[in-house]
Amino acid sequence: MIQIIDTGVANIRSLQASFDRLGQPWKLTVDPEEIRSGIHVVLPGVGAFAAAARKLDEFNLREPLIQRIEADRATLCICLGMQLLCAGSDESPDTKGLAIISQHVSRFGVDVQIPQLGWNEVTPQQPNGPFELGLAYFANSFRLVEPPDDWGFAETEYGGVFISSIWRGRILACQFHPELSAAWGQTLLEDWINMS
Amino acid sequence: MLKSRIIPCLDVNAGRVVKGVKFQNLRDAGDPVELSDHYQQQGADEIVLLDVSATREDRIAMLETIESVRKRLTIPLTVGGGVGSVEDARRLLGAGADKVSTNTAAVRDPELINRMSANFGAQCTVIAIDARRHEPGVWGVVTRSGTKAEPLNAIDWAAETQARGAGEILLTSFDRDGTRSGYDLELLVAVTQATRLPVIASGGANSVDHMVEAFQHGAHAVLAASIFHEGNYTVAQVKQELAIRGIEVRQ
Repeated sequence: MIQIIDTGVANIRSLQASFDRLGQPWKLTVDPEEIRSGIHVVLPGVGAFAAAARKLDEFNLREPLIQRIEADRATLCICLGMQLLCAGSDESPDTKGLAIISQHVSRFGVDVQIPQLGWNEVTPQQPNGPFELGLAYFANSFRLVEPPDDWGFAETEYGGVFISSIWRGRILACQFHPELSAAWGQTLLEDWINMS
Repeated sequence: MLKSRIIPCLDVNAGRVVKGVKFQNLRDAGDPVELSDHYQQQGADEIVLLDVSATREDRIAMLETIESVRKRLTIPLTVGGGVGSVEDARRLLGAGADKVSTNTAAVRDPELINRMSANFGAQCTVIAIDARRHEPGVWGVVTRSGTKAEPLNAIDWAAETQARGAGEILLTSFDRDGTRSGYDLELLVAVTQATRLPVIASGGANSVDHMVEAFQHGAHAVLAASIFHEGNYTVAQVKQELAIRGIEVRQ
């Protein structure tokens, strides 16, 4: 059973539909124990950094999330979910992220359309990563610029290079939406489930 | 580099595609689920469903249609037509839309844009603008499917929607819609220069040349209906030609 964290601010129907197509049962949860110990947990996220962080506080989900990631239990963080792993974001300067990585999230520069909406190339920078080079669907105004130490990562170009995915052990975080990234994204989700 | 997007658009009423769709290789060319999937398999980058419901019953049928389309689509789905409130948008997102487009209601109540963006994020909030040319370089805004002229300048309105939290503009030239004479390129340039939002060009396309022109004049995506529905081109064929012409597309 895949536990999808229900932060209430994300539109997760397309994610649920993806798991349905893969024949993988899922449930929505805000239960700290399920999130601490579940075999597969997904932290989705669409919307504002502060609103999502508030939801994690409201349901006491920060510690369970940090513990499961430290214990290398399979965790997939999508879009804002990836940004929540960071220390903080320009989007909400007074709000703390999970600080699992020390990096900070910043807004795209002035020479590109914001939000980035559409398909862009994701290029893994290490061999044997969780996915091959491919085209993914993005919908974001903020992004990570520096890769964290000791994590694998992929890069994407949008007004300069940014970090479009990071991974370590069974932890995978994607700035893009695998559930909206056609066959390539479905394969990524399937591989993440099977890997762990 | 971000790819230029090709977005087929389906007009849907009571669970059926209502504009003429001529396909021989589909069992049912009027079924929005089959047709969306068909375009997805051809390489469409997104699908837009436009709800042209006449009745409340039709509108409920639309939610079921969105749910069925969502089950099949692994690409983004935008739904527009008759979205009047945050609650309307929530229902469409809950049924499986990824983005919601609003038009008349946003003109009537611009604060709706702020509320939609605050609730669902800018990336969910698409503002459809139907622009009508008054004189060279000046466009007004029309609503209610073009029947009502609004006291708004289309370029100023586009900038205001950005300030209020819109994430994308679906820009239709009322003058060109259905004429097959190509997109209104001056309008496209004016709007893309007045905002930093992604802009989807709509209205008037009848050829790949028209799409090339739109991308060369600042469009980030093109919406097209009849060019695909009539079966003259597949999405894949359009993309192959665009790539030959130097437009970066997902293939």
